[in-house]
Amino acid sequence: MSVDPVGKKSETKIPLDEVVVSLYAAQQKIYPRSTSGVFTNWRWVMVWLTQLFFYGVPWLEWGQRQALLFDLEAKRFYIFNLVFYPQDLIYLTAILIISALSLFLFTAIAGRLWCGFTCPQTVYTEIFLWFESKIEGDRAARMKLDASPMSAKKLTKKTAKHLVWITFALWTGFTFVGYFTPIRELASLTLNMSLGPWETFWVLFYGFATYGNAGFLREQVCKYMCPYARFQSAMFDDDTLIVTYDEQRGEPRGGRSRKAELNSKQLGSCIDCSLCVQVCPTGIDIRKGLQYECIQCGACADVCDTVMDKMGYEPGLVKFSTQHGIANKWSRQQILGHIVRPRVLLYAAILASLVLGLLLSLWLRTPFRVDVVRDRGVMSRLSDDGMLENVYRLQIMNGTETTQHYQLRATGLEGLKLETEQDESDSENEEHNNTIIVKPTESRWLIVDLKIPDGSVDSGSHQIKFEIQSIESKETVTEKSIFLVPR
Amino acid sequence: MSDFINNFWPMFITVIALGGIFGCALLLWWTSKIKVAAGSDNTSGHVWDEDIREMNNPLPRWWVWMFIITIIFALFYFAAYPGLGSYAGKLGWSEVSQYEKEVATANEALKPLYAKFAAMPVETLAKDKEAKAIGERIFMNNCAACHGSDARGSRGFPNLTDNDWIHGGSPEKIQETITGGRIGMMPPMAAAVGNEEDVKNVANYVLSLSGSNHDSARAALGKEKFAVCAACHGADGKGNQSIGALNLTDNIWLHGVGEAAIIKRIHEGKVNQMPAWGTKFTPEQIHVLTAYVWGMSHK
Repeated sequence: MSVDPVGKKSETKIPLDEVVVSLYAAQQKIYPRSTSGVFTNWRWVMVWLTQLFFYGVPWLEWGQRQALLFDLEAKRFYIFNLVFYPQDLIYLTAILIISALSLFLFTAIAGRLWCGFTCPQTVYTEIFLWFESKIEGDRAARMKLDASPMSAKKLTKKTAKHLVWITFALWTGFTFVGYFTPIRELASLTLNMSLGPWETFWVLFYGFATYGNAGFLREQVCKYMCPYARFQSAMFDDDTLIVTYDEQRGEPRGGRSRKAELNSKQLGSCIDCSLCVQVCPTGIDIRKGLQYECIQCGACADVCDTVMDKMGYEPGLVKFSTQHGIANKWSRQQILGHIVRPRVLLYAAILASLVLGLLLSLWLRTPFRVDVVRDRGVMSRLSDDGMLENVYRLQIMNGTETTQHYQLRATGLEGLKLETEQDESDSENEEHNNTIIVKPTESRWLIVDLKIPDGSVDSGSHQIKFEIQSIESKETVTEKSIFLVPR
Repeated sequence: MSDFINNFWPMFITVIALGGIFGCALLLWWTSKIKVAAGSDNTSGHVWDEDIREMNNPLPRWWVWMFIITIIFALFYFAAYPGLGSYAGKLGWSEVSQYEKEVATANEALKPLYAKFAAMPVETLAKDKEAKAIGERIFMNNCAACHGSDARGSRGFPNLTDNDWIHGGSPEKIQETITGGRIGMMPPMAAAVGNEEDVKNVANYVLSLSGSNHDSARAALGKEKFAVCAACHGADGKGNQSIGALNLTDNIWLHGVGEAAIIKRIHEGKVNQMPAWGTKFTPEQIHVLTAYVWGMSHK
């Protein structure tokens, strides 16, 4: 599938000025050079923050349980003092929409901030690169090592690197599973070598994904797999902050002596040292302008500033700026002044109202739910003592992590009487007498008979309401149902 | 129906499925290369709208390998699993076989539990919390549709919580009722009783048996005519559990309260049926259910 010179395949009848090329090519390995500077520092801050969160949070405890635990088997999500149930899926939807909108907002303001600083792909690649450069050396040393024939030294370095990578990846896989299976339990199971088949699979799978993505695939994930990388350009405009090369200032580029005065050779500020290309984790040349591969990590800006510093030039030949900013030679204040624009305001307004809505709805969320199911087999019946009865099943779901006592009432009809099983009081508290007891995070089916004196209301269907009050929280849930009276 | 057993459709599905895979392979091969102008600036030479040029940014080759692996996987998948029309696949997997396997696994897991229950007499089992919970679930899913969630029935469907039994309330009888079902049959009796007045008198006599509101003069007249009813319900009207004749002396009215309801029954008779559950449940499950039902009137 490589490039075929025309002469060798004359039978394919291709005109002499055309060649057949493959649309696939072997991937060229990229050896990003290490950088230092303000954006590199920011990236490391984000690496530490995200990873302290990721590796640390599963170990936090809240009361008698893990503070953040997604118990898929029991269908309970524990998030600090809150417990979520499958019925709360709407909150997950809201969080996903909020995440997407945040991405829109950040992208409109400052381009691919997420990609360059917090995306797990970037963060883990950064960590894996750090291990790599500590073991194999920086860009030049790594290129030399890869080009050299196999030797004891090369084998040692490569083995050491992969061992460190695999260890780190396994720890990542272990932590990931620790969000779904209590991590302390998981740790002791791992130490006893008695991990279940699914836990083993997921630790290894997530570990393998980390190892493969951060160790090998790296920029290819961003270039060929990530959908966000492709559609983010829709959120860009001319006032979006992007990593730019100041072409007016830099060109014409060219090498020169360090002692040469700026402009002495009719050259621009770019000394064509190619360091910006060497540090690029996606292997592009920022001087060609905005490209879809650019993840806006700012490595080129950092390295260029050090070069400018050495040359005694102003920094900022490669910097975060906007299309307008570069074209109109705007100052920093002018660029920042253009952040507020309709697109940004719209994203911000939608985002703010969604966040507010979510918080409000979490605040108003009752810690228990009730479902009423009317018995359809028994439409209505006349009891031997002359009462007309309807039968219902109530499912009371206790969403809290403490035992709850509920009181049941039915309203809507004259003389409506409610009859159900009563639990024996489990405490000295008099308020707990004649209540329904539901254990923590459990639900309970309750059979409820409603009765009215026969003949006291017209025949037909009547709206009634069940009112269920929690003694502990004093909150009341009201559920509608109907009461049937036969002709 | 012939459409579903016609040989054409399995063939149709097979051709589309394999054709799709073959088409993907063809497309992959066909689109892997492109003719470009020699020595061009990394574009395919294609230009649209005067200045939009198509760049040649080749995909990494491992990406193609993923396509190829997918195609190979698809072929193996079709060989192993059902997918090509009526071909069942080498592994012999089917939804039904998987379901049966899972049921067998679940039954295997429950076996010791049910074995324990089977060894316990109904009277003890009715007090066992675990058995009660299982019995409740079986009852709610199967019996509550007629007898009500609270098992207190309604017109035509007996109340299971009082201690009034039509076919007998001993554990053995309850088990027999659940397993084989019951058919209760009362023939129309009006002709045998006599004229309309006689029917009304008998109805009042029946009401008097349980001390309900009745016309005592009519009841006295009806007593004699009750003889035809006594063949099943007994001379004292206490019913006969061996044939499912109802007890008329308690104040429990399965088919309606009052004179009018009784007259209707004398005229029309009644056939009432409880279906048999022996084919749906295992004997062990029926044992647990029996204990649950028995327990409702023996708290």
